[in-house]
Amino acid sequence: MRQIFTVANKEFHDGLRNRWLVSITLIFALLSVGLTYFGAAASGAVGVTSLSTTVASLASLAVFLIPLIALLLSYDSFVGEQESGTLLLLLTYPISKSQLLLGKFIGQGSIIALATLLGFGASAILLYFQLGDTDIFSAFGLFIVSAILLGLSFTAISYLISLSVSEKSKAAGFALITWFLFALAFDLALLALLVGVEDGVTQQGLTQLMMLNPTDIFRLVNLSGLDSSDVNGALAVAINASLSQFQLISALIAWVVLPLTLAIFIFKKKTL
Amino acid sequence: MNTPLVSLVEAGISYGQLDALKSMTMSLNEGEVLGLFGHNGAGKTTMMKLILGVISPTSGKVEVMGMAPDSKEAWHCRSKVGYLPENVSFYDQLTGLEVLTYFTKLKGFTNKYAKKQAMDLLEQVGITHAMKRQVKTYSKGMRQRLGLAQAFIGEPKLLLLDEPTVGLDPMATRDFYKTVDQLKSNGSSIILCSHVLPGVEQHIDRAMILSSGQLLAMGTLAELRQQAALPVVIKPSGLNGTVAQDTRLKGFLTDACQHTLLVPEEEKLTVLKQLLSLDGLNDIHVESANLEQVYQHFLSQHELLTNELSPQQIKGG
Repeated sequence: MRQIFTVANKEFHDGLRNRWLVSITLIFALLSVGLTYFGAAASGAVGVTSLSTTVASLASLAVFLIPLIALLLSYDSFVGEQESGTLLLLLTYPISKSQLLLGKFIGQGSIIALATLLGFGASAILLYFQLGDTDIFSAFGLFIVSAILLGLSFTAISYLISLSVSEKSKAAGFALITWFLFALAFDLALLALLVGVEDGVTQQGLTQLMMLNPTDIFRLVNLSGLDSSDVNGALAVAINASLSQFQLISALIAWVVLPLTLAIFIFKKKTL
Repeated sequence: MNTPLVSLVEAGISYGQLDALKSMTMSLNEGEVLGLFGHNGAGKTTMMKLILGVISPTSGKVEVMGMAPDSKEAWHCRSKVGYLPENVSFYDQLTGLEVLTYFTKLKGFTNKYAKKQAMDLLEQVGITHAMKRQVKTYSKGMRQRLGLAQAFIGEPKLLLLDEPTVGLDPMATRDFYKTVDQLKSNGSSIILCSHVLPGVEQHIDRAMILSSGQLLAMGTLAELRQQAALPVVIKPSGLNGTVAQDTRLKGFLTDACQHTLLVPEEEKLTVLKQLLSLDGLNDIHVESANLEQVYQHFLSQHELLTNELSPQQIKGG
């Protein structure tokens, strides 16, 4: 246990030193404050708009940003250490592969989680002062928790990438492709399936397909509670066949645990 | 004889068709320093990884401190093993002290003692002045010293050092060998891995010569010299051709140089006695084959052997 903490501590401090925490927090804070104030600019007004619109716009931006940031932060975790030779050295130390991996996950996960909490939390507080509505905290609470889970999920996915390749540049390439597939291509494919193939999938089937993509689960979590006027596309269809929030959050947690377990498995099989 | 600290029994590693290490049998006792020599790709690093338990043998058996090093039970032994990898660049953005403190903690030191231990080690390898600087500003030699400090954490019982003197200046090399001798007298066993070799001879008890995953020779330097049967070089001066006139001594003269005698080890003393009895001798230089020559000998012999074998193998296959 102490070994895990030692590694986590180092990774966390690396995140601080490299200004990751500060930059991610700033990005999130600027984004959310901006959207909170200017979300209604399109309809000709400046000022705080409705809570549901704000969360909807935050979620639709976060869904692109968070996976990208998590992948950027962690894609070289293992392949980088492998290239510099420290991975081999660490493995001769009294620390197991799973301890090393979990330590890294806790350290880098904390960076993502803390940045999400601080960045988006800032705008929640700001909104509260403007609207004085305590509903804000439950809405933002759910948003922040799901955003953290989304970040952790992509951290685990980037470990899978980092452990499966032998060069840093390859890992970067795969990280980009992974991001593109999950954040963009998957939804386009779903939409094509819905529109192009008549009676191709049922509403139930569509929702189940969406469980294959953590970004879609994140969208479902944050948009299913809102007015459907703020939501469109494939998502609107899926929302109607709604799963409970508990099921959705569990699915997101599964998207953290499964890739992480698989990563440990791959790490154990890996020879250096 | 007590049980060896490290023992390999017909241990081998093969990746598919390629044999990285062929059926290796060796043992290392407590307080013994073993030199492991061979070209690039000879299997030195593979053997070290095997002993470290980072990879498992595909055949045979490896035991370190009575346990298989890749097993779960061997875990706590790992804090008693130090390793210096061949090419390691530490976390560039951390300072030397931070890097070493991290590794010290991972070796099982509590936070309280880790920093002190790290500072002591940095002083031992002589980079205290740079400990607050980021590793990316370090020279090759300083990085190597940091690596050594890392290997020395926790007074290891077994040390595996891959090319330890690469990049070290003569002073640092001397300090390094002093540390090796000191660790040895404290009962640590050390495996030194190197291409070659000047200066290493007097610090190792035994040498092992590897080539393409195969053990070519193993033994003390004297044993290896005997096996190789390399002649002793004797250079008398001031004799002005008396040697060439002597019927017995004439046979030892080399064609290339009229002043150098190549004498087999067992006849060294008789030849020396005869030379000393000659008039006009004002100096004499005696040189036994050094490790480098022994190494070259075994390697070239091996090459000859494989070259002879391969055409037959092709026919047979």
